[in-house]
Amino acid sequence: MSNMIISNLPVLVVLLPLAGALFCPVISYFSRRAGRLTVIAFAGTSFVLSVVQLLRITDVGKISYHFGGWEPPFGIEFSLDSLSAVLLVLISGTGFVSTIYSLPFFRGKSRFRSFGYYSVLSLLICGLLGMTSTGDVFNLYVFLEITSLSGYALIAMGGDKGVLSSFRYLMIGTIGASFYLLGIAFIYGETGTLNMYDMSGLVGPVLSSGTTMVAMAFFVVGFGIKMALFPLHGWQPAAYTNAHPGAAPLIAGVMGKVPAYAMLRFFFYVFNANTQYVERFLVVVGIMSALGMIYGSLKAIRQTDFRSMLAYSSIAQIGYVGLGIAITGYYGLMGAVIHIIGHSMMKSCLFFCSGAIRYRYGETAMERFGQIYRKMPVTCAAIVIAALSMVGVPPLAGFFSKWYLALGAANMGEYIFIFVLVISSLLNAVYFFRLFENMFMNKNVADGSKGIGAYLAVKAEKKAERDSVPFKEMAATKEGYKGRLEIPPAMLFAVIVSALGIILAGLFNAQLVEILGPAIREVV
Amino acid sequence: MDAVNIFLAEKGIYMLTVILFFLGMFGMAVCGNYMKKLICMNIMQVAVIFFFLCLGEKDGGTIPVAMEGAAGADDYVNPLPHALMLTAIVVSLGTSGVGLALLMRIKEKFGSIEEEDIIEKEKGEEADEQHDYQ
Repeated sequence: MSNMIISNLPVLVVLLPLAGALFCPVISYFSRRAGRLTVIAFAGTSFVLSVVQLLRITDVGKISYHFGGWEPPFGIEFSLDSLSAVLLVLISGTGFVSTIYSLPFFRGKSRFRSFGYYSVLSLLICGLLGMTSTGDVFNLYVFLEITSLSGYALIAMGGDKGVLSSFRYLMIGTIGASFYLLGIAFIYGETGTLNMYDMSGLVGPVLSSGTTMVAMAFFVVGFGIKMALFPLHGWQPAAYTNAHPGAAPLIAGVMGKVPAYAMLRFFFYVFNANTQYVERFLVVVGIMSALGMIYGSLKAIRQTDFRSMLAYSSIAQIGYVGLGIAITGYYGLMGAVIHIIGHSMMKSCLFFCSGAIRYRYGETAMERFGQIYRKMPVTCAAIVIAALSMVGVPPLAGFFSKWYLALGAANMGEYIFIFVLVISSLLNAVYFFRLFENMFMNKNVADGSKGIGAYLAVKAEKKAERDSVPFKEMAATKEGYKGRLEIPPAMLFAVIVSALGIILAGLFNAQLVEILGPAIREVV
Repeated sequence: MDAVNIFLAEKGIYMLTVILFFLGMFGMAVCGNYMKKLICMNIMQVAVIFFFLCLGEKDGGTIPVAMEGAAGADDYVNPLPHALMLTAIVVSLGTSGVGLALLMRIKEKFGSIEEEDIIEKEKGEEADEQHDYQ
């Protein structure tokens, strides 16, 4: 039995969330709570198995899983090395924590809402895991679409504005996916294979041909749209801002990073990045990323809404990943991968916190966070940890990715990239310290009253006057949560786990680099 | 004239599909109506499907079923692009379905699916919200 599980690990990790998505509606028919717990159980099992798989890969090296016993160039293959195994742990972990975090949002909601959300969330996890494990370019497209479709649904669940931004994202996202599909057509016409490993062997002689160049350009556009690389980011701020607060951590934290990882796979594991033909594309990616790092940070400074500030900061942060890919070399790639991991944790942590604040106070505007640390100390501590990591304070996760990127850029003599890196980090500091100022020092909120509690009381009073509803009732509905802890335990768990993740990813960075090392050294 | 014929026979169909693809994208960019945008999106996806199907086509090839008289791979069209496109058609069906569902919600909420009206409504709402906070 355990032997069978071990040999089928790669597919089980992906299949379990899918099974959760399918079982959830059926079980919800009998009990909504059991339906939600099913999804959590399946996501949790998937997380445990992905950890087992990572341990196994550090022992035995690469794993290749052939579906239905068809040998790779003909059949579909899941190919896993330490790089994808680490990302699988990250994705299933964040997914698992998100499923727990979403629980309070659905307490007492209708059956349809509850299982709809949980099924789609589970599908999103399945799609992201599949994108990371697959070794087949068309299979990647299918998982990309599973991810996108569930992403559209989750963004649309965030309310009226969410529906609109979801529709716009659907338009642009489909263009991205179509470009990727066209890219597959070109590269398939040129090499006659869909298997990534097989393709990397066959693509060498045709690398200089126009067809391959077009395919590569299409891949850059397709993945660029999906990961919101600077000039292709138009859909992203509204989508991240208006997504359902329970799913926003997964969407903002992980959904943008997996296409970046796929781009890295294509450039370095399928096409050989060390040839002059590919380098041209890397230069383009580098310029886009560098511009995005500055643009995203500048726009983030101007935002007043916590969530949209985080969304614009994501445009800057995905630039770091692109920069690492463009720098190439061992350190550049290591920086990119560590930033994918670190930033996923930081952004999910910040979105967990913003969702928690919104859950308790219904507020997302930063200027009204005055003195909030008195009411929500743990959440604020998590925000501080994540924000400091974002700025790049050692020994948190964010410091190490920047360190490796700077090291890589120095090795390659790309000093302009170091300059951009430093400027962007300083801008990061500007907008996060402004957030701190609002959280800890801002005493005067709105009407000169003190702290967010007082502000809400005043606001509720005004609204009560206007709508002629008894004030007490109004105030009670506004401050929605009346528990012993600052936020429901499920949310507190998510906030604490993600903050701990950031600290641990920083402290055990050497071990992380050691695990990732062999997979990256293979291509440089 | 021969040169033109050869060019059209070799690449004409690809040119047409690429024109169709960008026609779809152009439509998505310029149409003000969300329903039309969705239709243009479908046109774009169909263009990609055509492109794949042309790729599998071959002169004198027959359907990929084992039969007498057809000896080797040269006698059959490549079935793989067709198989891939079956999946892509399902995906595009799913995308259209989600798009239509979203459109219904937009129509419910904003009372229109014209981009101009919706942008105006959005602006009005933002002003309302700010008024609410003050």
